[in-house]
Parts: sequence; C-alpha cells; structure tokens
Amino acid sequence: MLIIKNIHASVDGKEILKGIDLSVNPGELHAIMGRNGSGKSTLANIITGRDNFIVTKGSITYNGINLLDMATEDRALAGIFMSFQYPVAIPGVNNAYFLRAALNAKLKHHGKSEVNAADFMRLMREKVKSVNLDESYLSRAVNDGFSGGEKKRNEILQMLTLEPELSILDETDSGLDIDALKTIAEGINNFRNKNRSFLTITHYQRLLQYMHPDYIHVLIDGKIVKSGDIELANQLEKKGYSWLES
Amino acid sequence: MKKDQNIIDLAISQEYEYGFTTDIEQETIPPGLSEDVIRIISSKKNEPDWLLNWRLNAYKQWLKMDEPDWSKLNYTTIDFQAISYYAAPKQKEKLKSLDEVDPELLDTYNKLGIPLEEQKLLANVAVDAVFDSVSVTTTFKEELAKHGVIFCSFSEAVQNHPDIVKKYLGSVVPTTDNYFAALNSAVFSDGSFVYIPKNVRCPMELSTYFRINAAKTGQFERTLIVAEEGSHVSYLEGCTAPMRDENQLHAAVVELVAHKNAQIKYSTVQNWYPGDPKTGKGGIYNFVTKRGTCLEENSKISWTQVETGSALTWKYPSCILKGNNSVGEFYSVALSNNFQQADTGTKMIHLGKNTKSTIISKGISAGKGQNTYRGGVKIMKNAENARNYSQCDSILIGDKCSAHTFPYIDVRNPSAQMEHEASTSKIGEDQLFYCNQRGISTEDAVSLIVNGFCKDVFNELPMEFAVEAQKLMEVSLEGAVG
Repeated sequence: MLIIKNIHASVDGKEILKGIDLSVNPGELHAIMGRNGSGKSTLANIITGRDNFIVTKGSITYNGINLLDMATEDRALAGIFMSFQYPVAIPGVNNAYFLRAALNAKLKHHGKSEVNAADFMRLMREKVKSVNLDESYLSRAVNDGFSGGEKKRNEILQMLTLEPELSILDETDSGLDIDALKTIAEGINNFRNKNRSFLTITHYQRLLQYMHPDYIHVLIDGKIVKSGDIELANQLEKKGYSWLES
Repeated sequence: MKKDQNIIDLAISQEYEYGFTTDIEQETIPPGLSEDVIRIISSKKNEPDWLLNWRLNAYKQWLKMDEPDWSKLNYTTIDFQAISYYAAPKQKEKLKSLDEVDPELLDTYNKLGIPLEEQKLLANVAVDAVFDSVSVTTTFKEELAKHGVIFCSFSEAVQNHPDIVKKYLGSVVPTTDNYFAALNSAVFSDGSFVYIPKNVRCPMELSTYFRINAAKTGQFERTLIVAEEGSHVSYLEGCTAPMRDENQLHAAVVELVAHKNAQIKYSTVQNWYPGDPKTGKGGIYNFVTKRGTCLEENSKISWTQVETGSALTWKYPSCILKGNNSVGEFYSVALSNNFQQADTGTKMIHLGKNTKSTIISKGISAGKGQNTYRGGVKIMKNAENARNYSQCDSILIGDKCSAHTFPYIDVRNPSAQMEHEASTSKIGEDQLFYCNQRGISTEDAVSLIVNGFCKDVFNELPMEFAVEAQKLMEVSLEGAVG
C-alpha cells in the first residue's frame, strides 16, 4: 500500500531523514520507535505533506500513485489520516460540524451523496462511546479547552468516523493515563481489518503491548537501523537505544 | 420564485420611471460646492423654504469645520470642489442579455446565490415584459398602507409628510455633529423615510429593494426612521452584490427614533466596490453617521451590519439610551482585505436608568487590510444601574494585515456594571494544515473558521441576509490565503 524508497528529507535546510526504506501492506501495523530528534515526526509530516518539510531524494507511492505530487487534502481524500501529536484547537468551529465537513468532503470525493445533519448526529452518538467521550464534546469547538487525553481521544474519534485506509498515529500514547491508553488501544484494535494499515510512532512499548504490531522499526539519526517484531521492543525497553547506536 | 417576480416587477416600474416620462432633465450641475449649488439642489427637489434654510445653515457650519484626522485611515485628500452635487437620474442603455455582461461579474453573482432575474436587474439587462398591470411594489405598499406604515423616499416624505420630517430631522444627528454629517445635511440627495404608527408591528421586513430608485443609491443619502409608541420595525439596507459608483465619496446620515416600548432593528449588508485588489485604487470611501435615540422608556434599537466592501469605511452606528430601561445593541462583522481600511465601531451613551447595551464586534483582516475597532461606552452621572457587555474580537489572515482596538470607557455612575472582552487570533498554518489533513481544502477551511468566528453576529441578521452574508464572506475572502 505504502512504499517509501530511499527518502531523504530536510527541514529549515537541515537534513533529518537520510535514506528511509519502508513498505506497508494492507492490514499491517508498523511501529516506528526512536529518540527525540531521530526523525519520527518528520517522517509523518513527509507522508502527510506538510509545508517546510522538503523531500530532497527518493519516492513515496501510495497504492501505486506518486504521493509527493499531491496536496495534503488530496492525500487525505486518498485515505491517509494522521492522529496529531499536538492536536491544534480551532475556536468557534463546532466539533461535529467540522467532522461532518470532513466526512462530506470524503463522500463527495467518492461520488457519494453527503450525509445530512440528523443522520450524522446518530452516527456520532455511537462513535463517541468507543472513545469514551461524552456527547457534549460534539458541540464544543474543536479541541478548544480539551485536556491532553481528550484531544487524543478526539483524534481517534475522527479516525473512526473517516475510516481511513492508512492511519499514522503520531505519539498517540504520550500524555495518557493507563485507562485512556486502554480505551484508545481498544478503539484502534476494533477498527483494524485486513484492508487498513497503521504506522504508529511512539517512544514507549506500552501501547505496543496492547496493539500487537506486525513490525517494529527503530529510527536512529534519520535512518532505520533495525527492524523486528515485538521482541525488539522488549529489548529496547531493557537496553535503551544506545544498544543499537554502536 | 415570488421574490424573482418582485424583482422583475420592480424593474418594470423603473422602466416606466425613466423611459416613459418626458420631463426628466438631462443636465448635471458642474462640479463644485457653493450656496448656489445648494439652492439649485433644493429647487430641483421642490423643497419648502424651511428645508432650504436648514441646508444653508448646515453648509455655513461645514465651512467652519475641519476634516477629522484622528482616525487610522490613510487616504488622499478629498477635493470637495471636484464633486458634482446633483445629477439627474441617468437612463443607461440596457443590455440585451446576460451574455453581454462581464463574465467575472456574473461569476460573483452566481457564487453569492443571486437568482437569475435579479442578476439581470443588477447588470442592467432588459427584462422580459409580460406582466400584470399591478406591480408588486404597489401591492407591497398597499399592504403597508393598511397598517398605516409609511415607507417612501425621503424626498417624497418632504412633500407628503413635512411635519414628521421637520419634527425629527437633525434631532438625532445635529448638523454640527461632525464634518461629514454637516456636508450631508447641506447636500443630501435622497434616502428612505419610514414611519410606524402607534402599536403597529410592521408586517414585513422593509428592504431598500422596494424603495423607488433603489438600484441607484445616492451619494449623500439621508434616512429617517420613526417608530411610535409600541411599534416594531425591521429594516434591511444594502445588498451583497458588489456595487460600483462613479462617485467615490459616500457620506450618508441615518437617524432612528424609538418611542416608548418601540423596537427598531436596522440591518446592513455593504459590499461597495473596494478598489482594485492589486493597487487599491478606485474604491468607495464610505463615511457614514448612523445613530438611534431610544427616546422613551423600554425602547430598543439594534444595529446589525456586515461590511465587506468599500476602500475606506468610517462608521460608528450608535445608540443614545435616554429612556429608562432602554436597550441598545450593536452586532458587526467588518472585513478588510487587499488594500481596504476600516475604522469602525459604535458609541453607546447611557442616560436613563436601568439601561443596557451589548456590543459584539468581529473584525477580519486579510491581505494588506487594516481594521480598527473604535468603541465608546459612556455611562452618564444619572444613569443608575447601567449594564454594558462588549466583546471585540479580531482575526488576522496572513502576515501583512493589521487589527487595532480602541475601546473608550467613561463611567460616571458607580452603580454601572461593565464587561469587556477582547481577543485577537490568527488563522494559523497549523490550523489550516489540520483541516487539510482531514480532506478539507484551504479555502473551505478559511470559510469554516471565519464562519465560526462570525456566528454570533450572523445569528442576529434576518435569515435571508444571514445566508447571503455567509456566501459574501466566502467570496470576499477568495485568495486571502495563499
């Protein structure tokens, strides 16, 4: 589904990614682990197409199409979703209204008719239960005044509503207590199927214990130095990253 | 559909107005302002002596005044001698179909959701003439007449209801109030006159569409609305379609008078030509004095405005809360894009007891636009138990625009309760990226954010206007991000 070949990328003139190769097939969950500054978020931003993150070499294809030529919103409409590490607040814009606009953009893209307000609210009332958020969050402004955990749960709520094929979860577990972590992991696990893929970016192996990744990749200084399965995560937990840096 | 029919009929009544009478003078007075010019204006309108003298008096006062320079507006000096102060209504050559109209103009009309027949009217295209002899304008007026509501042009009011005009003219905005009000008082062309008798709730919203000669709004408009005891009226001014005018300076005066238990709601949507988007040249200068007096107890005046046009906007719709328990409200969205400049706000003057005022001002700056909110809340010595709530928010789009806020608060009575909130925010790149990542285009994202920002004000507009206003914001913000 996603094929990343020899990607080099810079931010503000500094090279962060120094040759990344990665393939994600439908149904797979890959975890990316690494120190702060290793390039994890840069990788996420390159895939979603954020300004200021420049690809200097290499290619990324998504279901065969050249992703790097596409604008952010087009990549999203193609089925790529990112759960942000620091979700931004949009004061004045109603959460439900925002999500409905996003859902309708997707439906329109696929030539389907838009969902009306009543049907949408019915849908939302079901979805909020899966992330353990109260219905009242639907009428609040997007992320406005939400706690860290609530923001992360709102991200997962959006994922469950938009049903993307490729979800990038950027440090979804940071700042969460154990219960919130379990809720989110459950939400994600129930959402998994053989057509949906995940790229989970994390420091900690906590979330991975709940989510059972197919592959783990360790990113050090802009390169994937080792790939493995959950065992690799356990080893990192014991030995730290310096074990792999030598 | 019914509205389309209204517009068609209005167009026809205009054709009769301009095409079939023989006594239309074609001349225009050469530019320049002097006592003689004022006498000519007054005589052409067949005005009574008292009004001529009122004009001349205003002119004399204007000569002694200086143009105000305290605003943050930057403009080339106006040459008052280069303006022509009287022009007979022109009969423009009508186009045969919409195909002959500038496609960019049609594109804007379509985006604003303006029905086809209305587009023809606005673009001066000949409208098919298959009609009843009874025009809808006449029916509308008959309906109003049943209730005793008078809605006509100011000039007609001078002829047919001189006593009312004489009683209230200048009572809310005296000729010496300010430079542009003095000028307007001397040379005003025409405007609206509304009179609602005691205990009448005006059955329909009065719109400038239905005023005769509405399509060609004057340069120096004068409007007077009087609501007698217990009456209610909602008045709509303007339209979302971009309006051009050869005359660059617009200096209007609007006076509202609300008697005991009366309510006046005055809504404005203004989209005058804002000037060339690349150079800023040629836009309208909109200098307006709007004020309402809550004369007696329990009266209420609400100003609601959406200002997206004009190169320069200078207006402070205000309320004088004289009557006990009277209420003044001001809801405004002002947009400055490209090279537009706006210095606007409101004044709420609390005189009576238990008076209440609400101010919600939303400023949007984009491009190189400059937006200034200037608000004054004055609680006078005897204004017991006054309450004011003010909220002025600014949003900046891009990094070349500006927003300024100058709230003046003058409280002379210790029982007053004042609340003031202000916020300034930017539509950040990260907010737009967040929306993009959800599949929402940047333009739609800006619309979403701006609409959320303006919600409180749009909710106060009469419904029809609210829908148009949202579309107008979208059109006005095109290209603001990028």
